[in-house]
Amino acid sequence: MAREGGEPARETAETVARRSYGKLVAFLAARTRDVAAAEDALSDAFAAALADWPARGVPRNPEAWLAAVARRKSIDAARKRRSGEDAAGHLRLIAEELAASAGDRAVPDDRLALMFACAHPAIDPGIRAPLILQTILGFDAATIASAFLVAPAAMSQRLVRAKSKIRQAGIPFRVPERADLGERLDAVLAAIYAAFAEGWSDPAGTETRRRNLAEEGIWLGRLAASLLPQEPEALGLLALMLHAEARRGARRNQAGDYVPLAEQDPALWDARMIEEAEALLFRASALGMIGRYQLEAAVQSAHVVRRRAGRADWAAIERLYDALSAMTGSPVVAINRAVAIAETRGPEAGLAAIEALAADARLADYQPYWAARAALLAQTGAVEAAERAYERAIGLEPDAAVRRFLQQRRRDLRGPLA
Amino acid sequence: MQYLLMIYGNEAAMQSAGKAEVEQMLAAYGAYSEAMRTSGVIRGGERLRPSSTATTVRVADGKTKVLNGPYAETKEQLGGYFLIDVPDLDAALSWAARCPGASHGVIEVRPIWPM
Repeated sequence: MAREGGEPARETAETVARRSYGKLVAFLAARTRDVAAAEDALSDAFAAALADWPARGVPRNPEAWLAAVARRKSIDAARKRRSGEDAAGHLRLIAEELAASAGDRAVPDDRLALMFACAHPAIDPGIRAPLILQTILGFDAATIASAFLVAPAAMSQRLVRAKSKIRQAGIPFRVPERADLGERLDAVLAAIYAAFAEGWSDPAGTETRRRNLAEEGIWLGRLAASLLPQEPEALGLLALMLHAEARRGARRNQAGDYVPLAEQDPALWDARMIEEAEALLFRASALGMIGRYQLEAAVQSAHVVRRRAGRADWAAIERLYDALSAMTGSPVVAINRAVAIAETRGPEAGLAAIEALAADARLADYQPYWAARAALLAQTGAVEAAERAYERAIGLEPDAAVRRFLQQRRRDLRGPLA
Repeated sequence: MQYLLMIYGNEAAMQSAGKAEVEQMLAAYGAYSEAMRTSGVIRGGERLRPSSTATTVRVADGKTKVLNGPYAETKEQLGGYFLIDVPDLDAALSWAARCPGASHGVIEVRPIWPM
């Protein structure tokens, strides 16, 4: 984007860019399915806005202005294109849309349809979240690459390939029919959660880009929840992300050391986010269809009980993990269930539950398994076995602060606290 | 958009199928292609003889090389195809899912490249 331009016009352009980017991409690409061309036309239109608005004032409907200019730019681009692709057909589609959108009528909000296209089963699952971040929020490939710890060139290439697939394979921009909605919505929600989780994995929030990604994940979650207010899982996912985000400030102490959930100071949790999450979860439960995200949010809700009761509702947590375990069969859920059992029925019972998972090969390199196992072994007094388990966990942990925490726990086994 | 639905299946299993099974399958394909005709999406489609009847041809350095057998010796072989014209990939995928071959083998869905 150009640097010149009056401040108010520039600010308006930036606000519209943020608020409307995905809306405009969805609108521009809906019929042609050419996301890349829509993005190019849109960036030309933003540049035009920065040149035009300071001189002539911000138009009454900035979104419609951008849509109309971007549309004209994409017609120019399609005319110039002399490749073997169907340029004439492309022009016809654009003309149809122009006729359909004549005047400065409000730009329709097809972002949900665009998200469903990005999370289509024909798109590689690993690129769905990056694709949503790019097309809905306008993130550039380099920013996404750095958040997902991928080389920028590789990320850029994968995004280009996914957009070509949307266009060439004819992936529709459409919210699926009721019968298919469940599974397809799962993919959209999973992509949003993946974006959030990438940001969440930087608990200290030291890397601004990654912290922003958690915020953007919540923003996307809000969008999905507002566009699908009757889908309990969309509400459940937003509740889950808000609960997690509410604890961000409590996950590190002032020295930057990791503080596990059980030792966090509830006063440091963000009460407003928690209340919003609780209200969402309540609304979701009234819709009468339970799902993974609602259950996970309910677990967070049972932890938050500690604010009032001084202790998490471990009996509820165990029941919720039972239900999640039956639903997902996930070994990660089973670990959490074992930790809950240790709280409700004592460390031996918890240890027995975690020992039952020892044969699962997926857990051999999974740090939380070894950390949970070590903690339970320590509680039962099996110091040497606990040391070995901590050693495994330390060796598998990528986060230096968590590593320091685990090392301290390991030392405490034989230290004055033991 | 036009899509080619390529039907891949296990030929050995097909050849060892009983008479009743084969009849049932042919009837299912009959109903399937009739449904595609009724809805006006079908542009073509044929069944192929097994890959043991296949011959591959390659020209290298001006010389034609003819080999007995299919291009790739895999357990699942191309056994037939349908060419359909539908609005988008989702429509193509739902036709592919209805194909009797999808319950035994796999249907590869590929968009036609308009020239």
